[in-house]
Amino acid sequence: MMAFDAGKATRSALPWLFTFLWIAAIILALLLFVGAPVGEALSGFWNGAFGGRRNAYLMATLSRSALIVGMALSVMLSFRAGLFNIGGEGQLVAGGLVAALVAVLMPGPPLLVLVVAILAAMLAGALWALLAGVLQLFMGVPLLVGSLLLNYPIRYIASYLVAHPYRDVQSGMVQSHLVPQETWFAYFPGTRLDIGILFTAVAAAFALIYSYWTVHGYQTRLNGLSPEFARTVGLPVRRLTLQTLALSGAIAGMVGAIAVFGIHHRYIDGMLVQPLYAWTGIIAVLLVGMVPWAVPISGFFFAAVQTGAAGMERAAGVPKEIALVVQAVIILFVASRVSGALTASRNDGDGHV
Amino acid sequence: MFELIADPSFAASIPRFVTPILLAALGGALCERAGVFNIALEGFLLVGAFAAVLGAYFSGTPYIGALTAMVAGMALGLVFAEFNVRRGGDSIVVSIAINLLAAGLTTFFLRAIFDVTGAFSDPAIAGFSPIRLPFIEDVPLLGPILSGQSLPFYLALLSVPFLHVFLARHRLGLRIRAAGENPQALRAGGVSPKRVQLLALVACGALCGLGGAQLSIANVNLFVENMSAGRGWIAVVAVLLTRGRPWPLFFIALLFGAVDSLSFRVQGLGLAQQFTDMMPYLATLIVLVALSWWRARRAKGDAS
Repeated sequence: MMAFDAGKATRSALPWLFTFLWIAAIILALLLFVGAPVGEALSGFWNGAFGGRRNAYLMATLSRSALIVGMALSVMLSFRAGLFNIGGEGQLVAGGLVAALVAVLMPGPPLLVLVVAILAAMLAGALWALLAGVLQLFMGVPLLVGSLLLNYPIRYIASYLVAHPYRDVQSGMVQSHLVPQETWFAYFPGTRLDIGILFTAVAAAFALIYSYWTVHGYQTRLNGLSPEFARTVGLPVRRLTLQTLALSGAIAGMVGAIAVFGIHHRYIDGMLVQPLYAWTGIIAVLLVGMVPWAVPISGFFFAAVQTGAAGMERAAGVPKEIALVVQAVIILFVASRVSGALTASRNDGDGHV
Repeated sequence: MFELIADPSFAASIPRFVTPILLAALGGALCERAGVFNIALEGFLLVGAFAAVLGAYFSGTPYIGALTAMVAGMALGLVFAEFNVRRGGDSIVVSIAINLLAAGLTTFFLRAIFDVTGAFSDPAIAGFSPIRLPFIEDVPLLGPILSGQSLPFYLALLSVPFLHVFLARHRLGLRIRAAGENPQALRAGGVSPKRVQLLALVACGALCGLGGAQLSIANVNLFVENMSAGRGWIAVVAVLLTRGRPWPLFFIALLFGAVDSLSFRVQGLGLAQQFTDMMPYLATLIVLVALSWWRARRAKGDAS
């Protein structure tokens, strides 16, 4: 009996071991290519992700994971409902832009401005996501391409607004004015970590409760697993689709607001697009096969990969872009081990072309 | 506005914009017909653009550049096939990973090899020069479009009828279609559908690589991070709209390329660059809506 179990454990562990070795070999090859000292690179990675004086780099990792986990939660709600919303980037940009503009333009007590700005950001994200939903449901544009194509117009709209009408001309950069200092998120005492991560924590709690214990969450999951079944038992599929997208978009919009009030304190052209927060969020969800409780962990993991890569650059001169390569390779290897079942529902879902 | 479109130099600039979209879309069409849902064309184009600069810089000739780009694209096709076809990873997941991999590899090697971030331009990057076609260049209207273009454009143009005949007549073309439509029948005929899909992906990589070469060593002589800038996604839309048929694909690519070119031209009218930049994506969305509306109407007409 014991021997049998051990054999089984070996059989299921062995492919993972090979996966690990493959990924390690690829990382090693990249390090050798740039001629970096491997030991220093690895210790630099560890220090960059979790170390630093008074844990400064760990705080940077947490700060980054506030955004990545937020985007991952947003994407998770859509993916679990069978909706290939890969337009998180556009919803994020819409949120960040609106948050910054509201805070710059609106008079009034700072706390009120902050609350209104965050709510407006969530609304903006939700509307941008809904637009993709409307395009799919009523105009025959598959969500997969519709949501993606919508990333570009909002990116350019944001770029235009902070380049022309709302530009902080004196700064000489393409960016909005600073939001009032009273609205900036406070730092946790003794750190450089802003409280934005608390918003992500609330969103995570909400998303988990929603996914595991609410009727609505259950219904959307049914829709994701089998749209035909959902339709047959009379679930309001269209309404569920639009509601789910609005929810996803609202979370993405909130993440945009976190980036504004917690990190940049203004909208800078490209600040939400260039670090690929939205795409990292997507792969964080895919890494764990859309299992809700594991999504925050995997989001944190990818944040650590990115800040760790920055540490590796400081310590051993390895271009920090190695993080992207490593993330992609991990997803490639894991994709074939953890079933995401995304394409299956593409064929019988609303993803018709 | 009208003078702008009637301007012959506008017409002559269209092929520059059509070529990358058309080549990527033809590659995507091969995958689509073979039953591989490849939405990583963006990544394929990007890798092609970078590899083209790499090859052209170190060899000093654009031909080696284009060849490098095609080989790099084929290698990426192999990676896609390994994880999607052989290991059975979900095609959307693999596509997203390939797109990120492309973004990562190009920025990583941009710094590792050329020690720059953002963009790399150097006089040593050998670009394609325009090919003038005698007699054809004197034809009014079509002359300036057909003559004086780059090699990838002519190859793209030739690929359309070639792929049409290939898919309709050639043994491998038929096998590709069988792999997409009825893999069991193909297996019964003693041919592995997976092998056919692998070949389709490798060919797709070659076509996309050439498309990338057009971006980086024909239109300009430099590489910019993320320089594919959504054209691969527009190609994906073109493939979906035409279900991978070469001739319809050609016209859709022509349309998207013309809008792309137009958006470049109207910058001269004083419209903010951001608005002209978003035109190709809006046009793509409009075409998607219009075609689906037209199809729905036709379906309704058939039913009554």
